[in-house]
Amino acid sequence: MTDKPLTGRARPDRRPHTLEEWRDLGGYEAVERGLRELSPERVLDMVDEARLNGRGGAGFPAARKWRFMPKPGEAPGDGPNYFIVNGDEMEPGAFKDRILLEALPHQLIEGAILAAYATHSTEIIVLIRDAYRDAIRNVSRAIEEAEAAGYLGRDVLGSGVDVRMWVHPSAGRYIVGEETALIEALEGKRAVPRKRPPFPAQSGLWGRPTTVNNVETVSCVSHIVANGSNWFQGLSRTQEGGTKVFAVSGRVHAPQVIEAPMGTTAAELIEMSGGVSGNGVLRCFQPGGGASGFLEPDALEVPLDFGHVRAAGSMFGTGTLIVLDETACPVGVIARHMAFYARESCGWCTPCRDGLPWAAKIMADIEAGAGHLSDLDILRMTVQVGGPRGRAFCDLMGGAMSPLGTGLDRFGALFEQHISDKCCPVARDHGRAAA
Amino acid sequence: MSLAPDLRAAIEAAKHHHGGPRPAMLEALRMIQQDHGWVSDAHLEEAAALLGVTTAEMEDVATFYSLIFRRPVGEKVILLCDGASCWLNGGDAVRDAVMARLGIGFGETTADGKYTLVNICCVGGCDHAPAAVIGRDRKLVGPLTADDLEGLLGEDAR
Ligand SMILES: Cc1cc2nc3c(=O)[nH]c(=O)nc-3n(C[C@H](O)[C@H](O)[C@H](O)COP(=O)(O)O)c2cc1C
Ligand code: SF4
Ligand code: FES
Repeated sequence: MTDKPLTGRARPDRRPHTLEEWRDLGGYEAVERGLRELSPERVLDMVDEARLNGRGGAGFPAARKWRFMPKPGEAPGDGPNYFIVNGDEMEPGAFKDRILLEALPHQLIEGAILAAYATHSTEIIVLIRDAYRDAIRNVSRAIEEAEAAGYLGRDVLGSGVDVRMWVHPSAGRYIVGEETALIEALEGKRAVPRKRPPFPAQSGLWGRPTTVNNVETVSCVSHIVANGSNWFQGLSRTQEGGTKVFAVSGRVHAPQVIEAPMGTTAAELIEMSGGVSGNGVLRCFQPGGGASGFLEPDALEVPLDFGHVRAAGSMFGTGTLIVLDETACPVGVIARHMAFYARESCGWCTPCRDGLPWAAKIMADIEAGAGHLSDLDILRMTVQVGGPRGRAFCDLMGGAMSPLGTGLDRFGALFEQHISDKCCPVARDHGRAAA
Repeated sequence: MSLAPDLRAAIEAAKHHHGGPRPAMLEALRMIQQDHGWVSDAHLEEAAALLGVTTAEMEDVATFYSLIFRRPVGEKVILLCDGASCWLNGGDAVRDAVMARLGIGFGETTADGKYTLVNICCVGGCDHAPAAVIGRDRKLVGPLTADDLEGLLGEDAR
């Protein structure tokens, strides 16, 4: 059994397998077994026992979310349950779902069929961001093949269940990745997040019970059904099951996607990525994409999973590391992040719509040496208002405040130096953003 | 100029895909853009009429999604990443070089109508940073360097 169940079968050029090729590699055995021999409840229990946490950012246990989905006839009104695969991947530093979509579409379809089975869903929608055209094409083709082979469509494998699956190509905007905004997008509206409750499992797409899971989460499911919960749990070094498709970028010599046991450390991942570039000395890193708080070298040995990273004061998020060496300026990185989040605000609520552009402007000024000490108070206030569990309507702003808040806490002196010296001290001493 | 007959037929068909005319709006806008590069007022109105939605509903959606272009764009749209991982690997220098070579800033189109430059983050190519995607197929290119833009601009890099 390979130690890289999710990415081990990907071809180096990311050319996807045909259905026949995939079956030769053992593909669709889990689907046949699941739908023929196991009840939906059993599939759900297996995912529960495997301790599969969602890989889209929050780390919510997949099975716990699935249990909220009503059985046929239990939900009021008519219509199907929906299962949605979230392939919007736009978080700065995140490029892990791309390979799973482009190179391994049948793995995704297998997982989606089993997840739909466990959540009593008969309609599966894969939302994929516009820039991933190869992914859109490859997944669409694989769906056609799976339909032709009887894994999708009418009376799948004689189970009496009809399952439809299709791809919804998106058209930009990071907020589409937020699950309730995604549902709005699928309904043909502007992607503004919905109030919760009701949660999607009660009232989601077109008012029907809906589950949204990340591409990587879904890609794990067939392996759990094929090899068992204990095996999946055993892949991990911690209490959270499975391998993780990590990604490492920023100041490393060989930025890349790395599938490794859950609980692998940043030290190991950075080493596997060729080590720290720049001057070779680590200053800090974000463990889970742009919306995760900064950690410093003392956290290099923290086992990376949702629980441990939270305990270390950050967020595991997407599990995609952004690395800074000593010649890279965290103030500059935060300025880029603020510009991004400000641009991507959906505009619905005031703290985010007005607060983020303000924070972005201040960060740009500070970086350019035109900041004032009083600006730091404004930034701290913004973090307080919009930070996690703050007053913004959704987690876009909360996420944006993580690098800003932890940056102010950890690198306060560097912020002040930008202001007193009227320039970026890191760029002055080491050259600007030299790799 | 009105929409080609096959495009009109495809838009009408989209109405019956998933959930009726509303969800079909974005699909229609994408199809128009794939053929024409952008979505003009006239085309938007024509598509709205085909779907049986109001022009305002169509505008509502068209103006929200940032990769639906409501102004004419060049033959090739360059989506240049301005995210942190790209910046950490020299993204600013690449941006400056592209702007100098093309003589345009973000949101602008070259006088010869060949290129439009747009900033975006992140393009999901942080392992190729600094990265960009280009053209209607959104081809990923990178790592880019300030003195070698050939991967991005081909012959126009010189
Ligand atoms: C602003 C914002 C953007 C998000 N973008 C994504 C995304 O691109 N992909 C994703 O899987 N989850 C994204 N999420 C998280 C989703 O809301 C949702 O929690 C996730 O898709 C659930 O999948 P999981 O339980 O498998 O992790 C985003 C959340 C927020 C607040
Ligand atoms: S926090 Fe930002 S993205 Fe979320 S609802 Fe408010 S304005 Fe929209
Ligand atoms: S930050 Fe530029 S591709 Fe990810």
